[in-house]
Order: sequence, then structure tokens, then C-alpha cells
Amino acid sequence: MSQPGTENPRDVERLTVPPDRRSVAEQPKWRRDFPIDFAEDDYTARRDLVKFIVLTSAALVVGQGWLVLKALFGKGGAAPPVLPVAEVDELPVGGAKTFTYPEGSTPRLLVRTGPEAFVAYDQQCTHLLCPVVPAVEQGRLHCPCHNGWFDLATGRPIAGPPRRALPRIRLEVRERTVYATGVEDSAT
Amino acid sequence: MSARPRFLRSRRMTIVNGMLFLVILVVMVQLWLLTATMNAYLGGDTSIVLPSALASVACLGLNAGLLRYLYRLE
Repeated sequence: MSQPGTENPRDVERLTVPPDRRSVAEQPKWRRDFPIDFAEDDYTARRDLVKFIVLTSAALVVGQGWLVLKALFGKGGAAPPVLPVAEVDELPVGGAKTFTYPEGSTPRLLVRTGPEAFVAYDQQCTHLLCPVVPAVEQGRLHCPCHNGWFDLATGRPIAGPPRRALPRIRLEVRERTVYATGVEDSAT
Repeated sequence: MSARPRFLRSRRMTIVNGMLFLVILVVMVQLWLLTATMNAYLGGDTSIVLPSALASVACLGLNAGLLRYLYRLE
């Protein structure tokens, strides 16, 4: 180990070493005219990469903060609208139709499961957003893209890749008309 | 008389490479935290959101500390 003040002036640690490791005389003219401290350059680039990744880390914290804000304050807001979505006689038992609720939403799927029984869910599969189709005789909803299955009565996933239930639309039947009255969060 | 640098270049390079490895590892943990939290949140489970955010802040603190140490090497 060298003592302080006795370092070899030709110590490779203290020289600028070109990337190809050849001597300065063997370097092209442009490199001799514009010498670069390559070792220091490498170090600075690596340090800046660390800095950039720390900024990415800060961005991920911002994302977590956004989720906290959504969880704390995202539940409020105006009462959901009540909108008619179908006439009772419009659908046969086992029949289905799509609608939007509220206006401008993604498509929802209304299914008549019995003479007086209706269910409605978001039509987008919770896996990769493919539209689900009803298989009423099996009591299921099917996503044909990746063979996912949901329980028609609850919207919960029962087979295939989906892990979250379909968001359910609350319904009311008044005077032979089916009304949508709200959207329930999906549950696992 | 100039002060002798605390570390030779090759050692600084080793240190910065080690830091880079650690920082990437911590960011991967944060990314996993965010993904898992988002999945739970969209599934209706909000109980995990705050602890996960605190863990992510701790990870950022660790990363910032490592970066600060890196700048103090010079």
C-alpha cells in the first residue's frame, strides 16, 4: 500500500485511459485533440444513472401518494344517477343487452336471469378488458379472450386468469322498468 | 497542497456500481409495492394502501441516503 505523498505519478489510476486501452500515441487525431478523462466520464455517467433511478423512486412514491389520496378522498361525490336501462318485457328470460351507466361509461351488461330477476355488470373483463358474454344456462359469464369465467349471480371470478370480480350495477325494477341506481366496487 | 482523494478511481467505480445495484433493487421493491397495492385497491381493499405508501417512502429515503453518500465521496 502506498503512503500519502509517495504515489507513482504514472499510476494507472491517475491517468486518462482511452476505452481501447491503447497508448495516447496510437489514438486517432480527434481523440488526441480533444482528450477526455474517460474514467471520470464513466464514473459521472454511472453516478447520474443512480440519480435518475432515485428520481424514478420518487415518482413511484408519488404514485403511492396518489393511491392514498384516492383511498382517503375518492369515495365522496354526488349521489349516482338513477337511469332507466330496459323494459322488463324487452328481454326474455336468459336474454341480455348492453347499456351505458352513467352516460359515457364503458359498456355494462344487463342479464335477465329469471322472470323477475336481473343482474348487471361492467362488460369489461377484469383481466385485460375483453367484453364478457353471458352463458346463462351455466350461470356464468364468459370472457372468450383468455377463457375466464365469472359467476353470473355475484360477478366473482371462478376460473381462468381474472382475479377480481366484475363491478356490479345496482338495479331496481319499478313499474315494469329496470333502473340502474349505482355501481358497486369490484371485490376479489 | 491538494488534499488526497478519499478513494482511488477504481474504488469509486466499485462503490458506484454497488450503489447502482442497491438502488435498482430498492426501486424494484417499490415497483412491486405499487403494483400489489394497485391490484388490492382496484379489488376494493384499501387497508394496505397507507402501509404500502409508508414503505415506499422508506425506500425513497434509503435511495436518497445512498445518493447523498455517493456525492459525499467526491
